[in-house]
Amino acid sequence: MQIFDVFLLEAVINGILLGGILALLALGLNLIFGVIDVVWICYAELIMLGMYSVYYLHNVYHWPLALALLACVLLVAALGALLHVLVIRPVLGAEPINQLLVTGGVLFFLQAVATLAFGVEFKNVGVSLPTLQVGGMYLSFARLIAFVVALGGMVAVYLFLKRTYIGTAIRAISQDRGIMPLMGVSANRIFVLTSALGGALAGLAACLLVLQYDIHPAIGLTFGPITFLVCVLGGLGNMVGGFIAAFIFAQFISVGGYFLALEWGYVLAFLFFIGMMFWRPQGLLGGK
Amino acid sequence: MNGARWIGLALLAAAPLAGMGDYPLHLLILCLLWAFVYTGWAIMGRLGMVSLGHGAFLGIGSYVVVMGWNHYHVSPWLGLPLALGLAALVGFVIGYPCFRFKIVGHYFALVTLALSEVVRLIIIALRDYTGGSLGVTPKTALVKATWSLGAMQFSSKLVWFYIILVVWLGGLWVWTRVDRSMARLALEAISQEEDAAASVGMNVTRLKLGVTLISALLTCLGGVLYAQYQLYVSPETVSGIGISLQMVFGAIAGGMFVRLGPTVGAVFTLLLAEGLRLTLGHDIHGLDTTLYGLMLVLFIIFMPKGILGAAIEAYEKRRRAPRVAPAA
Repeated sequence: MQIFDVFLLEAVINGILLGGILALLALGLNLIFGVIDVVWICYAELIMLGMYSVYYLHNVYHWPLALALLACVLLVAALGALLHVLVIRPVLGAEPINQLLVTGGVLFFLQAVATLAFGVEFKNVGVSLPTLQVGGMYLSFARLIAFVVALGGMVAVYLFLKRTYIGTAIRAISQDRGIMPLMGVSANRIFVLTSALGGALAGLAACLLVLQYDIHPAIGLTFGPITFLVCVLGGLGNMVGGFIAAFIFAQFISVGGYFLALEWGYVLAFLFFIGMMFWRPQGLLGGK
Repeated sequence: MNGARWIGLALLAAAPLAGMGDYPLHLLILCLLWAFVYTGWAIMGRLGMVSLGHGAFLGIGSYVVVMGWNHYHVSPWLGLPLALGLAALVGFVIGYPCFRFKIVGHYFALVTLALSEVVRLIIIALRDYTGGSLGVTPKTALVKATWSLGAMQFSSKLVWFYIILVVWLGGLWVWTRVDRSMARLALEAISQEEDAAASVGMNVTRLKLGVTLISALLTCLGGVLYAQYQLYVSPETVSGIGISLQMVFGAIAGGMFVRLGPTVGAVFTLLLAEGLRLTLGHDIHGLDTTLYGLMLVLFIIFMPKGILGAAIEAYEKRRRAPRVAPAA
């Protein structure tokens, strides 16, 4: 019975660590939705490209890892801004569902580009971090770092939004898109900035995930759907709700995967999500 | 116009008899099959219910029938009603609360997306039964014969062509029936302004549920036929986010507001994908899908009404133009 409890505790703790990453993913998506009112279906594909950039800079061009990680964040931030300018801006006035679908098209496109450019082989940066052993539990050091950095990133974004002038403008735009341009805030500039910030968060997530997972062109599909569900469960655009939902989901996946197979953890999480939609259609903390 | 329609249909039906190669015939069959599935999706998609979860119904159709045949020796003819029943049940379980609690737009799209992922993951998780990600092949009944009615397996592509031609026509017939019904008008009103529609006495939940069930059943039937024709299914090809998005793109590329739009979309996307694959070859892995994805994005940005929708619009504009000219 003692052993049983330790393994369960390990699953719970791993779930919490996974929750940190999911919360970071959801934060970027929520930020973009909250401000621009568009869901980036291709969000996880940006992360995939970020992971490749780390691999190529570090393993092929032999940059130091820290520099490669920094470059990854900047690169994906630029990608986010580019995505907004090239794809989102032309459809801003279109039906909401077209905005959703156009990013779905980008998902196909980016996956295909990655296949074209990088091939379908699995790649790994080959940075192996030690496994911590705490009281009979095995915890991955990479996951622990990811958790801490993810939390740090979230606090930084929170402070940025609350304490800086641009952050205030972003929050203002997300509250009233019509009025703010009259107050001298350029909505267009804020949109590009927010997209870049959302991209930077995706880049940060890529840096953390690249330490734990192999890279392949379809890896986005592993994180993509779950990220949308976290956001919707928390209430689209609601960052605190997304944070809480991320940890709930992570527990389902981790503990569900402990009792059954890993896929069943996901199935349970998804079914829980569908059930919750009927109880709180506007998300956990959704207002309207 | 009506005469031209029959002649076109007769030509289509006669085409394989004029000595068409196996590969063009295969493409033609796939075009019609996907045209049927896309039409099924568009029946609800055009009314403001954009589902990203139709992969679920396709998956249910394919796997229920194949699993029944492989493990319990249930003829696909018996498996078919089972699959349809299950698809209807799933459609109801997901649809009723969605419509009851007014889950629309982004939320509806994302809830249905979760549904198609659930089906894909369940298929993978039951890998002892379903073969997991590797996919599964229905046990062949064609060892001694060239066709087996009981197993719904025919080695002749010609037979499949006529089966799927009839099914596709049936799909178009359903579309027309829905298009001409009062329910379509009501649902259009609902998609514009749900509260106002409800306030004049429309039963929003029932109307939406009805059209969702029709759409789910058509898609499920498409899944059954796909599995029996291809004799191979895998979770990725019949369920999950990829195929669900593909359905939506096909219908939108062709134009989801006109009857033959999804068909045009199916022909276009399939021929585009095959054409790119053939001309660019396998040497450069991913180039064909890159161009394909790029075209999808451009389509949604520049031609949201789809090929056929835009063509009809242009045609009507030109027809109307001379009448306006003298008055001006």
